[in-house]
Amino acid sequence: MFLTDTDLQSILLTLRLASVVTLILFLVGTPVAWWLARTRSRWKGPIGAVVALPLVLPPSVLGFYLLVTMGPNGPVGQLTQALGIGLLPFTFWGLVVASVFYSFPFMVQPVQNAFEAVGERPLEVAATLRASPLDAFFSVALPLALPGFLTAGILTFAHTVGEFGVVLMIGGNIPGVTRVASVQIYDHVEAMEYSDAHRLAAVMLIFSFLVLLALYLWRPNPKNT
Amino acid sequence: MEPIEIRFNIDWPGFSLAVDEQLPGRGVTALFGHSGSGKTTLLRCIAGLVRAPKGRLVFQGKVWQDASTWVPTHRRSLGYVFQEASLFPHLTVIGNLRYGQKRAPADIPAEQRVSLDQAIDLLGILPLLDRKPDRLSGGERQRVAIARALAVSPRILLMDEPLAALDLARKQEILPYLERLHDELAIPVLYVSHAPDEVARLADHLVIMDGGRVLASGPLAATLARLDLPIRLGEDAGVVLEGRITERDTRWHLLKVDCGGVDLWVRDTGVPTDHPVRVRILARDVSIVLAPVAGTSILNTLPARVLSLGEDAHPALALVQLQAGQSTLLARLTHRSADHLGLAPGLPVWIQIKAVALL
Repeated sequence: MFLTDTDLQSILLTLRLASVVTLILFLVGTPVAWWLARTRSRWKGPIGAVVALPLVLPPSVLGFYLLVTMGPNGPVGQLTQALGIGLLPFTFWGLVVASVFYSFPFMVQPVQNAFEAVGERPLEVAATLRASPLDAFFSVALPLALPGFLTAGILTFAHTVGEFGVVLMIGGNIPGVTRVASVQIYDHVEAMEYSDAHRLAAVMLIFSFLVLLALYLWRPNPKNT
Repeated sequence: MEPIEIRFNIDWPGFSLAVDEQLPGRGVTALFGHSGSGKTTLLRCIAGLVRAPKGRLVFQGKVWQDASTWVPTHRRSLGYVFQEASLFPHLTVIGNLRYGQKRAPADIPAEQRVSLDQAIDLLGILPLLDRKPDRLSGGERQRVAIARALAVSPRILLMDEPLAALDLARKQEILPYLERLHDELAIPVLYVSHAPDEVARLADHLVIMDGGRVLASGPLAATLARLDLPIRLGEDAGVVLEGRITERDTRWHLLKVDCGGVDLWVRDTGVPTDHPVRVRILARDVSIVLAPVAGTSILNTLPARVLSLGEDAHPALALVQLQAGQSTLLARLTHRSADHLGLAPGLPVWIQIKAVALL
């Protein structure tokens, strides 16, 4: 094996983090995307902007605020302490929370677009065929928006894998707990271990390319009405 | 069958709807009007797809909407056919049919239940069942959509211009199926259309809408023969008569139709004798003479009596309401001709009908 144990550990941690975050975002992002796609509320604009914020915000800014909020004196930190969970920063679940925020738009936006493309009509048809709104969501909206979900899942997963700044702010560099692959590469470079950095960087490069290749090669069938 | 009580008031920017009517609880009722007349919105209000504030809707004794009640669409016992077939693309034809059928409430009495086989048979879609909607032609899709709506065993069928998105050939393909629905289903049908030929062929009752209001509502033949309305129909002003085929002339390939004491000759389309039929006579195809004319190519010449005279869309034109047998017909002629002939209510005349369309 040409990767060291710590390299491998960091890769497995990265994959675990990305999987957990993607799973959580499927559950959290879908209702938000559904609401954004269908609401006529005047809050649509502001909420949409907040969802998109991580796209433009420097990761260090997002990480900083999360660190303060989840820290011992922050509201979330006090809550987690009161609940007996302890503090989230510098733990795996702290990374998960931070990544959920950081990758939020990568889940919400493709799913929202997919729901918007489905449109009102299939849901009206479902209602005339005696499907309740919840029934219609699962039996019509979800299957029709499936390509959007796959895109969103791949993007979210890949984006979480590529995370660096937020991880560093919120998780630091604890082996096996918060040291993900991107941080591991940074460490190698800092320590002048260029050949180690090369190997891990190459793995990341190939992984990222394959993910994007899959995304671009895979084209859903054009929708038929 | 109890009538359907509807009262809706909508005031949107640039569009208003104000309707307070009783629609018949049986047969095919056509909601007829130009685009923007509010007919589709009215249908969507009845389906519960649009919620008109302060509306009221009572169907077969059940309140679907009033000040304190709102039954959502999925709890209303209705079938709805949209202008575009709107089949679910992720399901096959049979999947689309089963979608509504398996969601139909279990407490529908057996005699009101429409089985999948019946729906499939009525619309002739047996060979299509395993296909996905994108493998169907436009006409096939619409037939599947109609079958899908029937398979929920609705107590009323709402159809929003089901033929408008189709070309003439596809229309001709579907119309016979719609006529079968009319003949074989006991449930009332509300049929939105802006096509006079569809209305003439399918409707029993006619509701004419304009600018979000109901201009006229009544039995088809009587409403079409009204003098104050045909103006809205322009070139399509005319009447529909119900009749029965009494004689077949095999030498000249003609059929004799008895329409309420009036015998009309029409081209033989292969309809069996004694079969009830409808014929359509446009006002522009009817001319008036004071005495029977010898040596004319016109096949149908009948004695009639002038009932009344009215204005047509163009100031040069008049519409004349005539009685022949028990039937009322309309004729379009110029005011000059009317004056020249001295037409007045009660005057006995002869009418020449240039074209009679067997529907």
